[in-house]
Amino acid sequence: MRIVVAMSGGVDSSVAAALLAEQGHDVIGLSMQLYDQSEGQTAFGSCCSIDDLHDARRVAAAIHIPHYILNFERQFEETVISNFVGEYAHGRTPLPCTHCNSSLKFAALVDRARGLGADAVATGHYARVNRDESGRFRLRRGIDPSKDQSYFLFSLTQDQLARAVFPVGDRAKDAVRAYARERALPVAEKADSQEICFIPDHDYARFVEGRAPETRHEGTIVDEDGRALGRHDGIHRFTVGQRKGLGLASMSPASSTPLYVLQLRPSERTVVVGPKASLERTTLTASGVNWIACEPAAPLRASVQIRHRHQAAAATVRAAGECRAEVAFDLPQLAVTPGQAAVFYDGDEVLGGGWID
Amino acid sequence: MASIGDGPNVVYSFRYHELAACYNERFTVRVYFDYNATTPLAPEVVDAVVRMTRDVFGNASSVHHFGQQAKAVVDDARSAVADLIGGDPSEVVFTSGGTEADNFAIRGAAAVFDTIEPSRKKHHLIASAIEHEAVLNTLKALGRTGWRISLLPLDQTGVLSVDRLQDVITDDTALVSVMHANNEIGTIQRITDLAAVAHAHGALMHTDAVQSVGKIPVSVRDLDVDLLSLSAHKFNGPKGAGALWIKRGTRIQATMTGGKHERNRRAGTENVPAIAGLGVAAALAAGKLTAEGPRLAALRDRLETGVLRDVTGTAVNGARDARVPNTTNISFDRVEAESLLIALDLEGIAVSTGSACSSGTLEPSHVLRAMGLSPHRTQNSLRFSLGMFSTEQEVDRVVEVLPRLVEKLRGLTRKAATG
Repeated sequence: MRIVVAMSGGVDSSVAAALLAEQGHDVIGLSMQLYDQSEGQTAFGSCCSIDDLHDARRVAAAIHIPHYILNFERQFEETVISNFVGEYAHGRTPLPCTHCNSSLKFAALVDRARGLGADAVATGHYARVNRDESGRFRLRRGIDPSKDQSYFLFSLTQDQLARAVFPVGDRAKDAVRAYARERALPVAEKADSQEICFIPDHDYARFVEGRAPETRHEGTIVDEDGRALGRHDGIHRFTVGQRKGLGLASMSPASSTPLYVLQLRPSERTVVVGPKASLERTTLTASGVNWIACEPAAPLRASVQIRHRHQAAAATVRAAGECRAEVAFDLPQLAVTPGQAAVFYDGDEVLGGGWID
Repeated sequence: MASIGDGPNVVYSFRYHELAACYNERFTVRVYFDYNATTPLAPEVVDAVVRMTRDVFGNASSVHHFGQQAKAVVDDARSAVADLIGGDPSEVVFTSGGTEADNFAIRGAAAVFDTIEPSRKKHHLIASAIEHEAVLNTLKALGRTGWRISLLPLDQTGVLSVDRLQDVITDDTALVSVMHANNEIGTIQRITDLAAVAHAHGALMHTDAVQSVGKIPVSVRDLDVDLLSLSAHKFNGPKGAGALWIKRGTRIQATMTGGKHERNRRAGTENVPAIAGLGVAAALAAGKLTAEGPRLAALRDRLETGVLRDVTGTAVNGARDARVPNTTNISFDRVEAESLLIALDLEGIAVSTGSACSSGTLEPSHVLRAMGLSPHRTQNSLRFSLGMFSTEQEVDRVVEVLPRLVEKLRGLTRKAATG
């Protein structure tokens, strides 16, 4: 079978390509150039930088597969970056990797792959996909719990899952690295990528301001009772649950209770802060819900994960029509953050998920 | 170390002379139609490079026997290059290739006005907008140091009109640089006419002839230029060797400084094996220009006719009459060139779009853009460039494969557009 592997230049997708080639598939390596690198001076960090594209090429040469770099700058800008900036500007905390998966890797890249006669696109994600007796594609966590990336894949449709291959999903990270060393892949010792690939200096606020200057608009920081505690330079600088960087040290009450961001109110440009206890929520609603398992007719017991690093918590999930869902946790959860995903699991299976309102 | 996926059952057309009957179902045949990017070496060139590498190790500047041996090789090559372009050997300066020759011509000429003759107050440089990056980015760099740069646009024929030059040239103009043949569409510029305009304003005329030397007869006297760049690997010579022809009496400052090599015009120990290869390639090209040109033109026309006939929505970019014989640039409506190029490569057919950027992705062609073609058309065009080892079977194979690939890609484009 002809398979396209989306090669980022990291160890996971490199091993994915090597495994498929070893299994005898007709493997084509594709790397996506996602932002303009023509000047060659901009220091991009983790994934997709020019060094990473070079690494991907070296791996492809080492495992004897053809490799091409595709220019997806325009699509990346129109889907992932514009969403990222828009979400922050609206007081939400975006999840760009998920958009990249569903709008680029398993959309535009799949289209390109089909043009090249390939029916599937493989990535280095730690997740597993299989087909049940009814013919439905099911998504499960990768077997290495510390590396599982199924959270970022909840929005894949049945069509997309049908074409998705995750060769490292049934391996532990250590085993993946060991395999890379054994095969002497040029990236065997390369560090894992961190943070968001297109903002290597991690200064999200400056990135957002550069794209949406109107976000540089000051506003008030208030407590839960609406009392003004201070000023801020723009709500895009905050995320729910954030404790550091509030700039309130001199103004915090003598009680010395640490203050957390509880809520962002974009229309008033207000940041609401309060004690940790006030971050607790027992319910949330999600929209843009995608059901990988069949949409349940009745309320469903599930464990629900609300952040990449969140321990999924027991809850009841009810489909509420129009791609919406209501989640009621058994126990209060800290920092339910609008813009992040709520992903519903049954054990290690992804039932579905949606965007937190 | 890496051999990019080719097993033992792959045959390269440029080794046909080694492997006769290779059109056999057991073989994957790779077709190479990217001669404007680079060419396979002529067997005689390979022999010369190998022999010189092994046997002639001397430094051409040395006084002793070994130096004299190397010097003789370099001098022979210099004569062969001079013969190919109708110049005098003393006017030929060897460089590391076309890019260095372009840099030398432009920076070296500009430096004369910056440092030696500042009183002449020439601070204007002109080029066509379809020059190779070696020229464009060199001009851009000089622009940052205070030179005024004019880039002349073209119409859809891809041929620069002399009036465009007339419009912008002044007595401040130090140098006009216009390529002889374009790398992407193959059109040949009216260098002689342009040179007359340049000279009437006291400007030097440089031509980047990297894509014409070895493909069509080139005479520096007929072109009436002052500076001409050429590159060995575009006409079956080795990479890393080229030359700048500098008309006797032209003032130019060395950009590579050091020892007194190349009559004090280009420092650095001569790359004797590569220069020898360039010389052999030049002699070979000179010997078969008259026969090879029509042969390639016939092949190219067969390809062009076949593609235009069998693939709907295709058109040739640029004027079809004034072109080097080996090149055609064709646009494929509703197909992304990037995808078509890859699909062809997976079928064993190597072609090209314009130029690749540093990471190897494809960018919209600045040449097609400068000709005023629509943004869409700049991104759906492919260049096919033929050469020494190209055959009729290869042409027919490409014509046979293309319709299927294009249809497949178009089917997906439609789906993507509606979905």
